[in-house]
This record gives sequence, structure tokens and C-alpha cells, in this order.
Amino acid sequence: MENKAFFIMLAVMAVTTYLVRAIPFTLFRRKIKNKRVKIFFDYIPYSVLSAMTFPAILYSTSSMLSAAAGALTALVLAYKGKNLLVVALATCTAAFLVSLLEMYLHF
Amino acid sequence: MTFRHGVTSGLAIGLGYLSVSFSFGIMAVNSGLTWWQAVLISITNVTSAGQVAGVGIMAAGGGLIEMAVTQLVINLRYSLMAISLSQKTDSSMTVPARLVDSYIITDEIFGLASTQEKVGFKYMTGLGVLPVAGWTLGTLLGAVLGNVLPPAVTSCLAIGIYGMFVAIVLPVCRKSKTISIVCIIAVLLAVVFRYVPFLNAHVSSGFAIIICAVVSALIGVLITPESELKEEVQDGE
Repeated sequence: MENKAFFIMLAVMAVTTYLVRAIPFTLFRRKIKNKRVKIFFDYIPYSVLSAMTFPAILYSTSSMLSAAAGALTALVLAYKGKNLLVVALATCTAAFLVSLLEMYLHF
Repeated sequence: MTFRHGVTSGLAIGLGYLSVSFSFGIMAVNSGLTWWQAVLISITNVTSAGQVAGVGIMAAGGGLIEMAVTQLVINLRYSLMAISLSQKTDSSMTVPARLVDSYIITDEIFGLASTQEKVGFKYMTGLGVLPVAGWTLGTLLGAVLGNVLPPAVTSCLAIGIYGMFVAIVLPVCRKSKTISIVCIIAVLLAVVFRYVPFLNAHVSSGFAIIICAVVSALIGVLITPESELKEEVQDGE
């Protein structure tokens, strides 16, 4: 990506992200009254993360098998309520071990 | 609550960010960005999901409107956190102070700050120091070491950020049936956008995420039972 195009994209990205935080933090000081509007916002982070993670996670390593091993590990540990750091590291480790196996067994 | 107290409290988040942004650094370089571009993105945005989507858009040669709308939708949760945090701020949180601290409203910093009775400018600013340092340094290390470490290792580190996303979502799904349904719908829609050839060819990944997220959240609002509606509101207070 050319530098000029990058800096324009970066500026749009950073300014949008900043304003999304700064405008409500500076202007709004009262709670949202409408319950349905509020729960819509409650759901957004989870729907975003879900849509971003699956199926993209299956294509995030060099092979779908190792990615699937990572994804399964993440699901199991997250379900058990392990903290973010532990889950992230275990996900990497599981994917790595399976890709090592694949290399040695020449899948 | 002093600045120093805030800095100390931010250590755990800083360490967590260090490892997660390592994945981001690798991912950014794998997507074709240089190490300094990855670092600039991290230091100016300080957000995981938004940056992953943003790099995806850059890599795909997406447009500026797509970038702005994607960041707006993905980061919309920060608006809600900002409003919520705003209820707890003390008199030291003047408008200039708010303009500074807006920069560090992330899921984790918000979560920690929210545990305080009152949030002051010095404490909140201190809280952001180590997470921002960790986020930036981790990105740098990931982006640079990504070229040194063998591909098998780096490609496996890149999956870590998704592992973190799973760890954010699943515990909440266990507590709320409605949120579980919202997440399942979001994933099913994402699958449709990925594998239906027409949609895959004509809808960019950024817009696909927005559509999946907004549609599934709207369905969630419609199917939320009245009883849970009351609970949800109380939870947020």
C-alpha cells in the first residue's frame, strides 16, 4: 500500500475511532432511557465479535486443521471462563502444535 | 485516586495487551503493511476488533467510507461505555480532560474504571499509560519478529487475537440465552456472506461484518423477553 493512501486511511480510521469515544464522553452525561435502544447497544459488541471470529478464525493460520484446533481450544477454555490472556495463548499453542504435527506427518 | 494508583492498576491490562497486540502486529504485516504502519495504527486507535477489521479493509483496497462506517459500527460500543463512564466521573473530569481520556476508552480500561466509585482525570489517565504502552510495544514486536520467526510460529500467533474474542463472547453467552442466539445468528450470517459466491464477490468483508452485527443485534432486540429487558437495563446501572 502506498504511503499516501495509507495515511489517508489511517486518518479516517483514527479520527472515526476517536470521535466515537469522544463525542458521547464529552456531550452525553445522562443514561439512555429507551430500553430497546440500550439493549441493541448491549448486543452490538458480541454480534460484532462473533461475526468477525467465525468463520474467519478457520483461515487465520497456514492450515484449516491447525486453525480448527486453535478454535476448539478457544471455545473450550472460554466456556470454562478462563481469562483472555490464557485463552489467547492456549489458542496459539494448540494451533502451533497441530501445525508441527502436520509438518512432520506431511499432511 | 492518584495518577500513580491508576498506573499501577493498569499493569495487568498492559501485559495482556502486549501479547494480544503481538498477534495484531503479525497479522498486519501478513496483510501487507510495514512494521511502522502497524505501530501507527495501534498508537492512534488502541482498539483490537476495529484494527483487525481496518487492516482487512486496507489489505482489500477498500474505500474511505467503508473504513469510516466499519470503525463506527465496530467501535459503537465505546460510545455506550463513554456514556456509562460519564455517570461516574468527578469534577476533575472537565471537557479538556474528557477529550484526553476519550482516547483510552477500551473494553478492559472501561471495565476496570467502572469498578471505582468515582473516576477522576488523574486516575483514569494513569490507568491508560501501561495499556497503551503495551499495545504499541506488542504491535512493534509482533510486526518485527513476525519476519524473523518461522512461518509456522507466526501464523499460529495470529490466531491469538481471535482466541481473545472468543474469550470475551462465550462467558457472556453462558449467562444470557438471548445473547447466545444473537451470536449464533451473527455467525450464520457471516458464514452466508463468506460462502455464497455472489455475496462474497460483491460485499466487502467490512460491510459484511456491519450487516451481520446490526441484523443479529436487531433480531436480538425483537426476541428479548420483557423480563430480560428489565434485567438487562438494571445490569447496566
